[in-house]
Amino acid sequence: MSEQLHGLSIRDLRVSFDGFTAVDGVSLDVAPGDIRFLIGPNGAGKTTLVDAVTGLVRATGSVRFGDRELLGRPVHRTSRLGVGRTFQTSTVFEELTVLQNLDIAAGARRSWATLLRRRHGVPAEVAEALDVIGLAGRADQLAGTLAHGQKQWLEIGMLLVQDARLLLLDEPVAGMSHEERDATGQLLETVSQHRTVVVIEHDMDFLRRFARTVTVLHAGQVLSEGTVAQVQADPRVQEVYLGHPVDAGTAPTPTEA
Amino acid sequence: MTTVARDPVTAAEPAPPPPGEPAAGPSRHRFRAAAGFAFGAALLFAVAPLMLSDFRLSLLAKYLCVAMVAVGIGLAWGRGGMLALGQGVFFGLGGYAMAMHLKLADAGPGNMPDFMMLYGQLDELPLWWRPFASPWFALPATVLLPMAVAFVLGSLVFRRRVRGAYFAILSQALAAAMVILLIGQQGTTGGTNGLTDIQGFFGYDLDDPVNQRMVYFIIAGTLLALLALARHLMHSRYGELLVAVRDGEERVRFLGYDPAAVKLVAYVVAAGMAGLAGALFVPAVGIISPALIGIVPSIEFVIGVAVGGRATLLGPVLGAVAVAWARTALSERFPGTWTYLQGLLFVVVVAFLPGGLASLVGLARRRGGEPRDGLLSRVRRRRAGTA
Repeated sequence: MSEQLHGLSIRDLRVSFDGFTAVDGVSLDVAPGDIRFLIGPNGAGKTTLVDAVTGLVRATGSVRFGDRELLGRPVHRTSRLGVGRTFQTSTVFEELTVLQNLDIAAGARRSWATLLRRRHGVPAEVAEALDVIGLAGRADQLAGTLAHGQKQWLEIGMLLVQDARLLLLDEPVAGMSHEERDATGQLLETVSQHRTVVVIEHDMDFLRRFARTVTVLHAGQVLSEGTVAQVQADPRVQEVYLGHPVDAGTAPTPTEA
Repeated sequence: MTTVARDPVTAAEPAPPPPGEPAAGPSRHRFRAAAGFAFGAALLFAVAPLMLSDFRLSLLAKYLCVAMVAVGIGLAWGRGGMLALGQGVFFGLGGYAMAMHLKLADAGPGNMPDFMMLYGQLDELPLWWRPFASPWFALPATVLLPMAVAFVLGSLVFRRRVRGAYFAILSQALAAAMVILLIGQQGTTGGTNGLTDIQGFFGYDLDDPVNQRMVYFIIAGTLLALLALARHLMHSRYGELLVAVRDGEERVRFLGYDPAAVKLVAYVVAAGMAGLAGALFVPAVGIISPALIGIVPSIEFVIGVAVGGRATLLGPVLGAVAVAWARTALSERFPGTWTYLQGLLFVVVVAFLPGGLASLVGLARRRGGEPRDGLLSRVRRRRAGTA
């Protein structure tokens, strides 16, 4: 595992679908090893932003991870640069075991000669990930039979063995119990020692406990950015979340310093 | 790194025994597989030749050719999710390549095949027939030609993310196009009649029952070899990856793989298997014609696989043999209704037993446990999804 941490740097990112602009000139920087939460009302462009970074949708602007430009590459090439993501709905391979799921995630750089042979034993990085995500006792269980929270952990484990240096997690704790949320948060803290983490999340309690920095998106633009306390104190954020209409085009409220 | 994520569910209850196959260790697996192959070999090489008349044995040889196609479809469709409804094309390419060589060999060096004299106004052998005079070209071509066509087609199609019903329709259209092409070029392909009346097989007279038996043994041996190859692929890392592509193509892309390449390999291997099957079908039956490789036979290949259980190793083989046998037995007695029966069978299996008959075996074996495939687990999953 290379120990080098990279930051994510997005400049003037724009994504449009048939005239509708989902992401409208977003610029933001995520420091190496940060746990950045992306929040915002529905339709703010959070998932589209992640889609653009991973190459799933076309975008203009610039997205750099470390010193590499990510835009303009097909999805699987972007992934090989160390960008991993999860989805709102868990997408583990249900007909395969936990071990097989992780082994596949670990293998994108394998040669055909290796692929065409049988797996013997458990690769070291897979064993480590099994430990980290707490599923070592369930390695041979079909992923489809896991509980919801365990599937989410398996997804994170797949990103670990994939050796993703940038983790983009889309609502990782949705539908989880309190204990599972705590475990997930601690997992993120461990993971961020060697990786940069970006989390889309609606759960404010989870955000307060585990976010290091927060970006608030609204109508495709960055509304506010900073620590949890700074963002919470921002009147523009309060306006958006309390439901008062905010015209994205107008200048910020006079309270801004 | 230390373990931070404690797993509340694991802590609360003891982990259940892992269901199904993964429980068995690799050595037990290998033993079971070796025993299975030995049993299959005994059945095909000893029991069948002793029990069956020459006529029945030659029918079985024909069914086993269909089973070879089925092994490939099991790989491409069952494991890879590509509903290959046009395997007749590859079966036909292999069959015609072999038949062309055998016709040329029957005619003797320098002569033209009989049918060309009959309706062709040809003075000499067409250029594209000539290489098939050499067995060193024709035999590899029976496998490599279908694989090459599948490679070109698959490269074009999978990269453009054509899948599901669109892929099925496309492959079916290809089978139709091939038939039209063959019929249209009657002078050089034999047209609707195909290449018929094949007498010899590398110096052996195919009318001799002893030689027919030899052809049967070659076919049986080839089928076992293809099964071994399919088993190896299914149990390799590639096989696991193929299932992953089937169930979550996008997810695999995000893991850094190119799913098009993964699918292409299975599709090309399946095409090669179909080509080999077609090549061996020719000495077993003595004919290859458009009617044997068009849309209807292409669908029949798939029906056998669906009935047997597409995602298993043996399901497609047993299903293909069973359906082909039923076709012979029932169409003798009820010539008009077999087609309808077959269609009904397909609909019933796809709708109510998506895992095929093999999933019944799985259900029985795991009675009380968690079924892995088929209706019950689907319903359960669907319920879990909506909950």
